[in-house]
Amino acid sequence: MSEPERGKGKGDAASPAGRRRWMPGLLPLVLFVVLGGFLYQGLFLKPREIPSALIGRPVPDFDLPALPGRLPGLAAADLKGAVSLVNVFASWCVACRAEHPILMRLQQEGTVVIHGLNYKDEPRAALGWLERFGDPYARIGADRNGRVGIDWGVYGVPESFLIDAEGNIVCKQIGPIDEHSLEVRLLPAIRAASAGQPVTC
Amino acid sequence: MLRVLAKLLLGVLVWAFLASVLQAQTGAAEKPLSDPALERRALALHREIRCLVCQNQSIAESNADLARDIRQLVRERLGAGDSDAQVIGYLVERYGDWVLLKPPFKAATWALWLAPVGVLLLAGLAVFAWYRRSGGIRPVAALNEAERRRLREILDDGNDA
Repeated sequence: MSEPERGKGKGDAASPAGRRRWMPGLLPLVLFVVLGGFLYQGLFLKPREIPSALIGRPVPDFDLPALPGRLPGLAAADLKGAVSLVNVFASWCVACRAEHPILMRLQQEGTVVIHGLNYKDEPRAALGWLERFGDPYARIGADRNGRVGIDWGVYGVPESFLIDAEGNIVCKQIGPIDEHSLEVRLLPAIRAASAGQPVTC
Repeated sequence: MLRVLAKLLLGVLVWAFLASVLQAQTGAAEKPLSDPALERRALALHREIRCLVCQNQSIAESNADLARDIRQLVRERLGAGDSDAQVIGYLVERYGDWVLLKPPFKAATWALWLAPVGVLLLAGLAVFAWYRRSGGIRPVAALNEAERRRLREILDDGNDA
C-alpha cells in the first residue's frame, strides 16, 4: 500500500521535522506582540505636537518694535550673549494665563532671562494684560501680523523657545509650561545651556 | 416713493454694518493675486500645505488664522518670483516636513512609503511558502486491485438511500 505524500513536516514535535510544524503557528503570536508593542507606544505619543525644525539652528533674523510705552523691543541680536527664554504670548490666549505664574516665578528667582514675543495682538490689550497679570519680560517684541512667528515656526500660543548663549534655539516647549515640563525638561535644559553643555530637549 | 427710498437706505446701512463686522472678525481681507496664472499656482500650493492648527486639512480648506496667514505668505513669495519648490522649501525650513500633506520620499520616510507594498509582498511570499510546504497536489501511485475494490465498496455504501 503506497501512502500519498504529504510533504515535509511530519513526525513528533521533538524531531527537526516536527519542530517545523508548529513554528508557523508562532507567527501570529509574534506579529501580535510586535503590533501590540507599536500600538502601546502610540498611547503615549502626541501627534499634534510638531517638533521644531529649528532646533540647533540660530534664531531667525528679526527686529520687532516694542509695545508703545513699554521699551525695549526685541531683535535677533539681543538673543546672543546669554541664555534666554523667548515666550510667545498674547492677551487673547487663555492658556498663556495658565503658565504666567511660572514665568513670573522664573523671573523673580533669576533662573533665566525671559523675553516676550507678543503674537498677533492689539498693543493696548497686551499692555493691559501685562498690567493685570504681571510683566516677567526683559524685552518684548510686538509681532502684529505674525510673520516673525512664522519664521520661528510658531503654530499656536503659547510656545516657548530656549536660546543658548550663542543665539541658537536649543529647546522648544509647545503649549503652556507646567510644573512637570519645567522640572523634567526646561530646568535641566536651562542648566545645561548655562553651563555651555549640549542640551537634550 | 419716500418709503421705498427709506427702505433702500436701511438696507444699505444694514449691509454696510454687516460687511464691516464680518471684516473685523476675519481680519484683513484675503487678496487673491492679480495675475491669474500666479493665483492658480498659489491655490494649487495651498492644497498641498497642511494647516498646522487643524492638521487634517490643507490651508486651502482651513478657516484658521494661521492658515490664512500662510495662504497670503504663499501668494507673496510667488509674487516675489519664487518657484513652487522654493515656496515649499521656505515653509519646510520653518515647520519641518509635517507641513506638507504628502510626506516626501527620503531616507526617514522609506518605512512609511514602502511598508504597505512590503507587507503585501511578505504576505504573498508567506502564502507561497506555505503552499509549497503543504505539498500542494502531488501525483499518487495508482491504486492496486485490493484498494480499488475497497474504494468501490466505500462509494457504493454511500449510494444507499
